[in-house]
Amino acid sequence: MTVPVEVAFDPGLPWQRARSVALRPEPFGALVYSFRNRKLSFLKSRTLVAVVEALAEHPSADAALTACGVTDAQRGAYVKALADLARSEMIEVRA
Amino acid sequence: MTAVVPQRPVGGRLVDQFEYGLDAPICLTWELTYACNLACAHCLSSSGRRDPRELSTAEAEAVIDELQRMQVFYVNVGGGEPTVRPDFWHLLDYAIGHDVGVKFSTNGVKLDKARAAQLAATDYVDVQISLDGATAEVNDRVRGTGSYATAIRALENLAEAGMKDFKVSVVVTRENAGQLDEFKALTDSFGAQLRITRLRPSGRGADVWDQLHPTAQQQRELYSWLLANGDGVLTGDSFFHLSAFGEALPGLNLCGAGRVVCLIDPVGDVYACPFAIHENFLAGNVRDEGGFQRVWQQSELFADLRSPQTGGACTKCAHFDACRGGCMAAKFFTGLPLDGPDPECVQGYGEAALAARDLDLATPRSSVDHSHTGPVRGQPTLLGMPAIPAKPCNESPLAGTGLG
Repeated sequence: MTVPVEVAFDPGLPWQRARSVALRPEPFGALVYSFRNRKLSFLKSRTLVAVVEALAEHPSADAALTACGVTDAQRGAYVKALADLARSEMIEVRA
Repeated sequence: MTAVVPQRPVGGRLVDQFEYGLDAPICLTWELTYACNLACAHCLSSSGRRDPRELSTAEAEAVIDELQRMQVFYVNVGGGEPTVRPDFWHLLDYAIGHDVGVKFSTNGVKLDKARAAQLAATDYVDVQISLDGATAEVNDRVRGTGSYATAIRALENLAEAGMKDFKVSVVVTRENAGQLDEFKALTDSFGAQLRITRLRPSGRGADVWDQLHPTAQQQRELYSWLLANGDGVLTGDSFFHLSAFGEALPGLNLCGAGRVVCLIDPVGDVYACPFAIHENFLAGNVRDEGGFQRVWQQSELFADLRSPQTGGACTKCAHFDACRGGCMAAKFFTGLPLDGPDPECVQGYGEAALAARDLDLATPRSSVDHSHTGPVRGQPTLLGMPAIPAKPCNESPLAGTGLG
């Protein structure tokens, strides 16, 4: 198996939910599905769902996190979750 | 009944969330027809003959529309042999055109070069070819004479057409458990991916389960093999009962029945899982008012299945968190209680439970049976050759006439 190339996630850039990705709300958060690579991922909290949906409206992922009330203590975990979503192409940098 | 609705936890592991069910299934199996050209000895749906009540093309399209609305992103299509439905290729295109991806299982009978090229050119479709032996000898005993050659020809056609990511789907049996490396090599040679699943005592599988289910030793070897190769091999939620050996295996370690998976059968009946075609696990029908969505979200049966198990022998076991008591269908069709051990419990509790069964009680059988009633060309020989009725004149030209 090929080892996935580690792409650095920059929370200072503007991001958005990838255009080929659908988001299905669930009681625990949401399910995201990429029609492009056919991968399924899970957003394991409602706050993370709010962050992913808010990305497009903010100049950076950092700003989206702040707007969604993510505290400094939680920020590391959320940045990691977004980095995972970027790696699986669920979110993409806005042009 | 005034059931206390269990409270879904906030946060935590996904597997704990799945236990309470989802608003729509993640993985839905849809069997399009009970008709099949083969008569596999272990067929989980006792397929063979078409059911005259089968969903029409328009009804199947309506189901796809509903799946699109519910955001069910892909379905596993099977049968029977789905490709023998004359509208199969139309429904495939219709689903893809409505954002419902299709992974379909086939024995390969219709996958000629033209169809293989068509599939290779279609995005968002996955094909898996069923093969239950890495050699014709092992495969054909269970699936029927010539079925190995048919599957290999289909695999060749797909590879030649440049199809990507197609699968070889294997049910692990006592007879092929020693061939896992051979299956992997065979699959690799076509650039395909190996998918292995568990034999369940469902459908005609109940008739051959004692003879075909892997031995305790084979289960141990399978577990080791999956730990070594699991990342490159698909298993779905098939082998979570093996997690009680120690380490969790890749894949979903939870019975997904009615929680994240279910089955729509050819006549539109919705069952908790593909291995549970029995009235006890029938939640409703897509033809009912409210359609599939109402069955999924409101049936009493599914509500029951979404309550975490709190009682029963297994909850007291140290391995319960790993295996969650195993496969519901495997227990049910071997006559074991649903809150007790899986018949193949790797800690040995299943064998004890099987031995303690009241033998006067018959194991439950499904009333849904579409098996061929007469001999089928290339019939599997696992259960012996079918007897050919003796013709009286084979003995003497005058036999049976009263003149002999």
